[in-house]
Amino acid sequence: MLTALLVMCGVALVLGAALGYASLRFKVEADPLVEKIDALLPQTQCGQCGYPGCRPYAQAIADGEAAINLCPPGGEEGIRKLADLLGREAQPLDAEHGVEKPRQVAVIDENACIGCVLCIQACPVDAIVGATRQMHTVIASLCTGCELCVPPCPVDCISMRPLPESVETWKWAYPRTGLRRAA
Amino acid sequence: MKAQLFRFRGGIEPEAHKDASAGAPIAPSPLPPLLVVPLRQAAGTSAPRVRVGEHVLKGERIGNAEGPFAAAVHAPTSGTVRAIEMRTLPHPSGMGGLCVVIEPDGEERWIERDPVEVRALSAERLRERLRDAGVVGLGGAAFPSHVKLRRGGAGECCGTLVINGAECEPWITCDDRLMRERANEIARGIAILAHLLQARRVLIGIEDNKPEAIAAMCDTAAGAEVLTRVVPVPTLYPTGGEKQLIDILTGIEIPYGKLGPDFGVQCFNVATAHAVWRALELGEPVISRVVTVTGNVERPGNLEVLLGTPVRELLALAAPRPDTDRILMGGPMMGFALPEDSVPVVKATNCILAASERLFPAHPPEMPCVRCGRCAAACPERLQPFDLYWFARSRNFGKCQEYSIFDCIECGCCAYVCPSQIRLVDYYRYAKAEIRERERNTAAADAARRRFELRTARLERDAALKAERLAAAAARAREAAARLAAAAGASAPEQEVGAVKKALVEAAVERVRAAQERAQER
Repeated sequence: MLTALLVMCGVALVLGAALGYASLRFKVEADPLVEKIDALLPQTQCGQCGYPGCRPYAQAIADGEAAINLCPPGGEEGIRKLADLLGREAQPLDAEHGVEKPRQVAVIDENACIGCVLCIQACPVDAIVGATRQMHTVIASLCTGCELCVPPCPVDCISMRPLPESVETWKWAYPRTGLRRAA
Repeated sequence: MKAQLFRFRGGIEPEAHKDASAGAPIAPSPLPPLLVVPLRQAAGTSAPRVRVGEHVLKGERIGNAEGPFAAAVHAPTSGTVRAIEMRTLPHPSGMGGLCVVIEPDGEERWIERDPVEVRALSAERLRERLRDAGVVGLGGAAFPSHVKLRRGGAGECCGTLVINGAECEPWITCDDRLMRERANEIARGIAILAHLLQARRVLIGIEDNKPEAIAAMCDTAAGAEVLTRVVPVPTLYPTGGEKQLIDILTGIEIPYGKLGPDFGVQCFNVATAHAVWRALELGEPVISRVVTVTGNVERPGNLEVLLGTPVRELLALAAPRPDTDRILMGGPMMGFALPEDSVPVVKATNCILAASERLFPAHPPEMPCVRCGRCAAACPERLQPFDLYWFARSRNFGKCQEYSIFDCIECGCCAYVCPSQIRLVDYYRYAKAEIRERERNTAAADAARRRFELRTARLERDAALKAERLAAAAARAREAAARLAAAAGASAPEQEVGAVKKALVEAAVERVRAAQERAQER
C-alpha cells in the first residue's frame, strides 16, 4: 500500500515538474487567438465596428468585449467563420454598424481635387498618393473600399464605385438545374 | 522498335467523328473585311503599341508582352488600325476585352522577316525571340512557350521531350492534318525545341486512329539528330492531356503542384512545334493557325485562319446547316458555347463546332447522384468526382481543396459517364472560381494588413519624434531661465520675476519655431 502511494506521488511530482518546466520553456508570447481572429477579418480597416482597425477589433473579440457580428465588410460569411473559430453562436450582422456591400474602390475626380491631403491622412492603408496642392489619386489595387476618405474631402470629389468585373475576375456561376420529377 | 506503353487510369471512349473533317487538305481562309485581334491571347495581357489610324504591316507587332506569362501579339495582315476598343472575347463569360481592329488593305505586305540561325544564338535570346513572335501553346491552353522552355535554375537538363500529337478530343482534326501535310516543318520545330531543352530523347505520341499522321511523322523521325520515336498510343480520351500523355509515354505520374520539368519531361503540342519553326527559321510570328470547322456543316474541313478572323466568316465557308443553334469553340468535351458569332479566332482556337439539337441534344434534367462511382472509375486524375460534387454543391470549399479539386483538368469524363446526367464539371468550375476569388481576397487582405501595420508604426514613430522635440525645446527654455536666474545672482525678487517672464516668452518663441519646422517638414 505504502509503496503504491509513494510510486504514485513520485510519478505525480515528476510529471508536475515536467509540465511546469514545459509551460515556462514553451511559453507562447503573443495571444495566437488574436492572430487567428485577425486573419479572418477582411482588413478593410474601416472602423465600422467601432474599433480603430481590424486588429483592435480582433483583440476586443478575443478579450470577450466585442460581439462577432459588428463587421459589415466581412459579412455573413465572416461572422460564420468567426463563430466556427470561437465556438460561439453565429448572429446576423448588427445593422447599427452598417450593411454588407459589394466590394468597392474609391475614385478621386482628379479635376475637382484641390490637393488638401485630408484624404491621404484619412486613408488607413496609404492607398492615396499626392502632395499639398497637387492632384491626388487612389491606387485602385491597394484600396480596401473603407470609405474613410469620403467624409474629410472638402470638395466632395471622392466617390465609391463597385469593382469592375473583367475576364480575369469573372467567376463561373453556381449551376442551376432543376431535378427531374420522380414519375 | 516497340516502345513500352503505360496506361493512365480512367478515361472514356467517346465517338470520334473525326472522318468528317480529316479528309480534305488544309485550305487557306480568305481575308475577312475586318480583323479583330484581342490583346489578351495568353495567360497575360499584352500592351498595345499601335495607334488608331496607323498603318501596320503583316506580322508587325501590335501588342508587347507584359508580365511573365504574356506573349506578343501581331498584325495578321497589312492594313489600317481602325479602332482599339473593347470587343466581346471568345470566352465563356461573354465579356469584352481590349482588341485591335484592323481593316486589311488586301496587299498582304510583310514586315522585314528576320530568320535566325538557331545554333548561333544563346538559349536566352531564342526564348526572347519566341516571346516576341507570340509563340504560345497551340493545343488550346495558350500558355507561352518561352516560359516552358526555361530550364531549371540548377541547370538541370530536360531528358525527355514529349510531343503531343494525340488530339484525343472528338471532332477535332487540325493537328492530324498538320502532321500529315507539314511533318517536315514540325520535325524541324521539334529539333529546335530539343536543342533548347538539351533533350536526350523525343517521344511523339499520336493516337492510333491517325495512321497517316503516324506514317508521316515516322518518315521524318528517321533523320532526326536526337533519338526520336513516334509512339502510337491507344485512342482513349483524354490521352492528349499533358499529364496523361506523359504518363502513357514515360510512366511518370506528375503529382499535384509539380510540373513535367521537375521530372525531366517537357511537353509541347505539334502545332506549337510548327509555330516555333515558323518563328525562328522563317522569322514569321504567330499570325495564323489551323482551325477545324466541323459539326453541323455541309463542308467540314481544316482551314489556315488568320488570327482575328470573326468566327462568323469562318463558319460561312463551311456552310452551316440551317438548324445550327449554337457554336462551340473547342471540342464537345472541353469546349464552350460562344457568346456570339462575331468573336474572333484566337491562338487557343483549335476548333469551331457548329452544334444543333440533333448532334448535341440539350442536356437532360439532372437526377440525384446515386453514388454509383462510375465517375471515379472514369476520372483520369484519380479524384473522387462524386465527393467533389457534393462538396462543391454545398459550397464546402475547404473540403473541395482537401479532395484536390485543383487536380481536376475539367476533361468531362465524369459528366460523360454519369447515369444521372449531372453536369459535374460545372460544379467544379464554380468551386474553383470561388476558391480562386477567396485566395485573391485573402492576398489583398494580407497586403492591406501589412500596409496598415506599417502606417500605424510610422504614425507612432512620428508622434514619438514630435514629443521628443517638444521635450527638448522645453528643456532648453528651462535651461535659459536657469541661466538668467544665475546671471542675476542673488538679486532682488522683482528681477527674478522678470527673468522668469522672459524665459516663458523665450519658450513660447521656441515652441512656435518648432511648429514651423514641423510644418515645413510636411
